[in-house]
Amino acid sequence: MSAAAETVQERQAKLKGLGTSRKRVEDARFTQGKGNYVDDIKMPGMLFGDFVRSQHAHARVKSIDTSAALALPGVIAVLTAKDLEPLSLHWMPTLAGDKQMVLADGKVLFQGQEVAFVVAEDRYIAADAVDLVKVEYEELPVLVDPFKAELPDAPILREDIADSTEGAHGPRRHPNHIFTWEQGDKAATESILDEAEVVAEEMVYYHRTHPCPMETCGSVASMDKVNGKLTLWGTFQAPHVVRTVASLLSGIAEHNIRVVSPDIGGGFGNKVGVYPGYVCSIVASIVTGQPVKWIEDRMENLSATAFARDYWMQGKIAATKSGKILGLWCHTTADHGAFDACADPTKYPAGFMNICTGSYDIPTAYLAVDGIYTNKAPGGVAYRCSFRVTEAAYFIERMIEVLAIKLDMDAAELRAINFVKKEQFPYQSALGWEYDSGDYHTAWNKALEAVDYHGLRRQQAQQVEDFKAGNTRKLMGIGLCHFTEIVGAGPVKNCDILGMGMFDSCEIRIHPTGSALARLGTISQGQGHATTFAQILASEIGISADDITIEEGDTDTAPYGLGTYGSRSTPVAGAATAMAGRKIRAKAQMIAAYLLEVHDNDLEWEVDRFVVKGAPERFKTMKEIAFASYNQAIPGVEPGLEAVSYYDPPNMTYPFGAYICVMEIDVDTGVSDIKQFYALDDCGTRINPMIIEGQVHGGLTEALAIALGQEIAYDELGNVKTGTLMDFFIPTSWETPNYQTDYTETPSPHHPIGAKGVGESPNVGGVPAFSNAINDAFRAFGLTHTHMPHDHWRIWKTAKQLGLHG
Amino acid sequence: MSKKNITLSVNGQTHTTEAEPRELLIHVLREQLEITGPHIGCETSHCGACTVEIDGRSVKSCTLFAVQAQGKEITTIEGLGNPDKLHVLQEKFKEHHGLQCGYCTPGMITRAHRLLEENPNPTEEDVRFGIAGNLCRCTGYQNIVKAVMAAAEELNQPEAVA
Repeated sequence: MSAAAETVQERQAKLKGLGTSRKRVEDARFTQGKGNYVDDIKMPGMLFGDFVRSQHAHARVKSIDTSAALALPGVIAVLTAKDLEPLSLHWMPTLAGDKQMVLADGKVLFQGQEVAFVVAEDRYIAADAVDLVKVEYEELPVLVDPFKAELPDAPILREDIADSTEGAHGPRRHPNHIFTWEQGDKAATESILDEAEVVAEEMVYYHRTHPCPMETCGSVASMDKVNGKLTLWGTFQAPHVVRTVASLLSGIAEHNIRVVSPDIGGGFGNKVGVYPGYVCSIVASIVTGQPVKWIEDRMENLSATAFARDYWMQGKIAATKSGKILGLWCHTTADHGAFDACADPTKYPAGFMNICTGSYDIPTAYLAVDGIYTNKAPGGVAYRCSFRVTEAAYFIERMIEVLAIKLDMDAAELRAINFVKKEQFPYQSALGWEYDSGDYHTAWNKALEAVDYHGLRRQQAQQVEDFKAGNTRKLMGIGLCHFTEIVGAGPVKNCDILGMGMFDSCEIRIHPTGSALARLGTISQGQGHATTFAQILASEIGISADDITIEEGDTDTAPYGLGTYGSRSTPVAGAATAMAGRKIRAKAQMIAAYLLEVHDNDLEWEVDRFVVKGAPERFKTMKEIAFASYNQAIPGVEPGLEAVSYYDPPNMTYPFGAYICVMEIDVDTGVSDIKQFYALDDCGTRINPMIIEGQVHGGLTEALAIALGQEIAYDELGNVKTGTLMDFFIPTSWETPNYQTDYTETPSPHHPIGAKGVGESPNVGGVPAFSNAINDAFRAFGLTHTHMPHDHWRIWKTAKQLGLHG
Repeated sequence: MSKKNITLSVNGQTHTTEAEPRELLIHVLREQLEITGPHIGCETSHCGACTVEIDGRSVKSCTLFAVQAQGKEITTIEGLGNPDKLHVLQEKFKEHHGLQCGYCTPGMITRAHRLLEENPNPTEEDVRFGIAGNLCRCTGYQNIVKAVMAAAEELNQPEAVA
């Protein structure tokens, strides 16, 4: 046999399995313009839908006159809440246990809210008709400040639930209050704060921003009235959940709905939720009997779908004089906008914000989060993060810096004193999590050494002296961050979305000639699943990744899964892939035993084959076994070679990392210049180092955007001030630096291959690193904390307030 | 609105079609000619996903009326290479992981193509400045820059000239 001539190493390399920087199989179509995104879909008779949106942030809708629009040639229909009401589709449930208007039902609650849906023969006619719909409004007082929501003169926003004192997450104390979520031991934490030698306090605001993927949201709905089947293509990060929701909402049986996520042009959390546009395209297709496409434009995207963050985090941290942290207290005021449409597991109304003790062994802690309604767009999605983990990491990493200032201590040293130690894992945090594995000190020391941390501090001190002496107008900031993430939601026992447990799945078919097809419940939006999941499988079943096709996103063919967000694909679907692969291998072993006429215990697995123990010349390769499974009548064994796994993870995974940013600030212009960025990530077992590095570059650039300028800002009337890419900051190649990446590898003990997930780490850790660098630049001049986003104007203003402009 | 007859030469092929005077080139390309490589990302000419080449210049086709392209030579991503022979830039983007979701990629490669036509020996700074009109949310640009530099180097090899 020719294969026998190859060494084990050669056969291993051929698999392109775990640890290989395999080139992406997706790239051939994307580089040639042959991707298939939702707006590329074209069907005979397809109509276009477009929204009439509210220009007011809070107003009563007195009347809607659609006659002029309907009179325009090419306009097929104009839907309003009145048309949807008989179908009970004028409101829809949100992912957070609230409900949301699909089309304005009597009033509007945020600027850009959907009021009517125009359906026309093409997008130009639809846009013309939008202008012809006359809506009469009566303006109401606007609430944009969550701290004013419960004042006596505050307008009541949600009249539909004004009298309800019980919400989806417990008691409501005011009509504009959504929930209070408490974790930890309040009394114990407060008594520690009372008695501690040192207490540092700060209000840490993580401003409102937006995931803003390059492709906006959209859908194409096609109701086939002959067969009674609805097909819905769209920008869905969780296609199976969309199918279930569509069935529950429309009353169409779930087997008659097919949801397809085609190629998705970036998601970052924007495409987890269910939006009015999806619902309206479905209704419009049912009403007209023709396919209906809805694609939002950028302004609609930024002002109406899926904001992120907007957490006001009041913090107190108690420590000894020598820097040992004793307790952490946090009260968060969460601005949720007009409807609570957060994308969080049901039992976690503030997501995993209770990871806010971070990488530190803090024995006692307390967290309370108050959700508040305001006249802003709904959302609260996890923008490249696992359910509020970015907020938590930013909070603790700012609080550590604030404490370091109070203690007059080096912030790197303060971190090292308080890290959870390697031998403490699995570690029970004060706020209820069990960290699976970590080695923070090793990662931290490696990072400090890599950048010559002490040298940087000396350089910084010299620059402060030079500044004071009038020899430079520039200051240097060193931004430190050691973050711990919690990803891979999650165990079904405590994580579900709309009642659907957050497992995930993989189904594998091995073909007779020894190649394979695997389908998963997740959906890639650029992460390269077709490349990396094949690698996991290659290592498990000994078939080259090049011979394995990965499919996702079509609910008629893929097994049920909860989708891709919260860095859950590798921890959950990746685990399902490995487990399904192991089932294949178990059956393959029985077949090999039959073929080799030995007991299956007499076989051992070696890369791509089963070998008879002690007789290495006797073996059957997976390819031979695959063929045999289709053409041999093996007693007691079914023909074929297939497996499916629905994987319910026993725990989350806890990736971590150490980031250091060196920034230079021009005091007179406020311009910041990133001099160096070092990022060490520990995501457990590394599947494809090239893709990991790419994820880190991208996540860091999104972090740079958020920390240094990107925001969704409202004026006092509730007007969105950052509705286009002119005002909403996305870094270009010009202001983005080259990043230096590094890693340690601490496998997850409970994941079948030890992998933890990485896509969101750089955003979670990057934002504090950038922000800490800006804050640190001014530490020598008395600054404790200044809010993000640190755009040039705000930096200039900070310098001015510190008296640095002379 | 009355339609005008227009003739566009796209990727060496002549297309005659009708468009309203207000119709954007990107819509005519994508919806009438079914050339869906160029994408729409912002409608305000900031993101560059719709970048095409017109008579040797990079143009954002979301802010140009189709009638303005009457009689012009247009090149899109589909005209740069084909499955049998990819353009060097397409090869290098694959090799250096210069793309993730792929949405900005056609515009980015089309822009990089023009950049290298105009400046065959760019520095890293030239590349970063030259593609700054094209936004990417996934890659952080580091590998895009690497891919463009690698393509420039390969195109400058003597054997590649032929």
